[in-house]
Amino acid sequence: MSANETALPVRPPRILPVREIASRSAIFLLLGALVILFQLEEPAFLNLGNLFSILQAVSITALLGVGITVTLAVGGFDLSAGSMAAFSQMAASYVLVVLQGSTLDAVIFCLIVGAAVGLFNAALIVLVGIPDLLATLGTLFLLVGLELIPSGGRSIATGAILPGGITAKGSFPGDFLALGRLHLGGLVPLPVIILAVVALVVWFVMERTRWGRVFYAIGGNEVAARLAGAPTRRYRAAAYVISGTIAALGGVLLAARIGRGDVSAGNSLLLDSVAAALIGYAVLGVNHPNVFGTVVGAIFVGVLLNGLTMLNAPYYTQDFVKGAVLVGALAITFGLQRKRS
Amino acid sequence: MQGRRRVSSTVQNIAAAPLITVTQVSKRFGSTLALDRVSLRLEAGEVVALMGANGAGKSTLVRILSGVYPPDSGEVALSGKPFTAASPKAARRLGIFAVHQSIAEIGVPGLSVAENLTLDRLCAGETNAIVSRRQLRKTATEIAEGIGLAIDLTLPLERLTIAEQQLVAIARAVASNPAVIIFDEPTASLSQQEAERLFGVIDRLRQRQVAVLYISHRLGDLKRVADRIEVLRDGRIVGSFERPVDFGPAVRAMIGRDFQSATVRRDPTDYAAPLLELKGILLRPDAEPFDLAVRSGEVVAITGAVGSGKTSLAEIIYGERPPAGGTMSLNGRPWAPHGPDRAIASGVFLAGENRWRTSLFPSSVPFASIAGTISFPFLRAWFPAGPLTERREREAAERGVRAFGIKCRSIDDRLETLSGGNQQKVVVARWHAEPAQVLLLDEPFQGVDIGARTDIIRALRAGASDRATMVFVSDHEEALEVGDRIVVMDRHRIVEDQDRETIDLLRLLTAAGHDDQDGSRR
Repeated sequence: MSANETALPVRPPRILPVREIASRSAIFLLLGALVILFQLEEPAFLNLGNLFSILQAVSITALLGVGITVTLAVGGFDLSAGSMAAFSQMAASYVLVVLQGSTLDAVIFCLIVGAAVGLFNAALIVLVGIPDLLATLGTLFLLVGLELIPSGGRSIATGAILPGGITAKGSFPGDFLALGRLHLGGLVPLPVIILAVVALVVWFVMERTRWGRVFYAIGGNEVAARLAGAPTRRYRAAAYVISGTIAALGGVLLAARIGRGDVSAGNSLLLDSVAAALIGYAVLGVNHPNVFGTVVGAIFVGVLLNGLTMLNAPYYTQDFVKGAVLVGALAITFGLQRKRS
Repeated sequence: MQGRRRVSSTVQNIAAAPLITVTQVSKRFGSTLALDRVSLRLEAGEVVALMGANGAGKSTLVRILSGVYPPDSGEVALSGKPFTAASPKAARRLGIFAVHQSIAEIGVPGLSVAENLTLDRLCAGETNAIVSRRQLRKTATEIAEGIGLAIDLTLPLERLTIAEQQLVAIARAVASNPAVIIFDEPTASLSQQEAERLFGVIDRLRQRQVAVLYISHRLGDLKRVADRIEVLRDGRIVGSFERPVDFGPAVRAMIGRDFQSATVRRDPTDYAAPLLELKGILLRPDAEPFDLAVRSGEVVAITGAVGSGKTSLAEIIYGERPPAGGTMSLNGRPWAPHGPDRAIASGVFLAGENRWRTSLFPSSVPFASIAGTISFPFLRAWFPAGPLTERREREAAERGVRAFGIKCRSIDDRLETLSGGNQQKVVVARWHAEPAQVLLLDEPFQGVDIGARTDIIRALRAGASDRATMVFVSDHEEALEVGDRIVVMDRHRIVEDQDRETIDLLRLLTAAGHDDQDGSRR
């Protein structure tokens, strides 16, 4: 009787308390303040060329961050993404320079390896039952070691001498280098476009499809997700495959940008992309891993570092600045979360 | 009865001044006034029961008394002196203890029972820096004997059943010599026998001049323990009933309308052929096999003590695990689902027990709203292509909100902002979003007040005509209220199967009332 009479309440206009608004827009306000500050100090800051160079600088970090975000959403954590990118960068160089393969060969090979490493992570986690952090830490070390073996620990470039005394005769073809260096319309770097496309696709999947729902559901309450009929093991595996493949793509772009297989490239990739993903929690005050936030987080760090470089801040302060940003963002996320409950 | 009444009258002579006086306390959360000028007194040696529907303000009052947060206005006085407990710790120092239903607050899972029982003294620094094992054991034994707790004290807490863990928590509170002790739904996971043990403890507390505030949905409990009943509705005290309590008016005051059983009696002959048939099912390799047939249109209440096999049976029908033996058929065809996804696709739904473990998502999940929770199991069926459209989801949620009378601001409300009864309504409403062939509900009335329970049962029965409905409850009253047919389980088998009209209440109680100790221990 009364149940049927109960009219459905109309959605009331949402009036957000000041603190809520502050937490939602904190990153953007800070970003705006930084841009104004840098612009005042250095008028060259706000020209299109510089803005796109910032985007180019963060594109690989952001790309990896997007993949890591998917693993965070299922309640996991892909620590191997950074070394996967570094490995893929060496693998691409090996295919091009040593095996003298084509650009297509190199790209496809790297993506397959990325997916395979993702499956390997998934097997360790889902089948063997190793906790996510530990399994991917193990993979991280495997990849760091494995990338050195074929080249005997040396970087790969035309003329490099490999173990066994063979000299690498191939070179980086122009179309491969274009992946990292081409500017569309003389302005927009190709890696930025690739980032935009990948981020958009993953964002759509995570936010607007049923698959995204399942990813997040597993991260929130795996038992409830399974009892509601979701194949949770398959989705967890998929998250690592996505992360591995995207990281491999990042490695390809890295190889194309530096133009050789560098054993020390990609050292800071993991921490930078994890930082981007974690800063992303605070974007719009959502308090959960999200693709949009990750990209904004990466750009935020990029703007900060670019501006500081323009202002002639010493290079060795960079990590400290990143740390400060990360701690600030985490304080926003978790500090406000606690007060809400 | 006689004895208790005598005790409480002596108490009134001794304690002239009330121990706790709550005067005109109000508390507001955002737009909701959770407590509206509530006044309440608690005397030493008195057991006051707080009755109220979900969202009536019971939890808020408990939290203010136990120092979780301060009132917006009004005053709380202990022995005539106003106090504001700044934290639960400060409240405990004043002698106010709260025993919560939530397992998380019970103790440290990895430590032994003895260590958990002495935890408060260890943490308060009341012991020597070096604790001897023997001393610890001795103290723990004293504490356990204080409430008649017969558990192996060396077992780690996590190995105990939920009921036993709860008794440990109660023992801990009692051991700290409280002046006031608040029980928040203490019997929710206790068997009849264990609940009886708790009531014994409460009687003893009364004799020790402890003031007890007792919160429960179970009328039987309240009848047994309460000297006085205060009824809370919409943040206000709407009635105060002295012993002997007439529960009719009390329940009416609580839900604000006339209470009547939602059960509509059905003629058993209008049932169709069996929809779900179980033959020679073994829940465990060492259990006895049993048969069960459920017809379309039937509502079967499956009852039995905690650990009697109810949940196992539900999980087997749902495909969450295979039976140890026997066969099942659905609509005349063999039924051997591999996993919940197959079951859901075939219209066999399970609303699991303990909603936060089996059904709901925490707020870190972006779609943890009413709409997102209801639609989640059906996303694949509704959106086979992948991309979601809001309309379908919203319509289903709005239908659920209407059918179950879910109190909310909108279907976008986060589950965590709803009261327990409304959360449970969302869980049950979810499994009404698509037509079911077999609907299994495991303990759907956990932490749900009478008003919400009535709403759930009404909606359940309204949709029951074209499906088989099986409700698994350990409470007999709930079983009688919801079921056309009562099936009693004990030791992983069915021991009684009767239409409600013909069931012998005494037999029902004796069949399910006594759970064996080892049967329920994990």
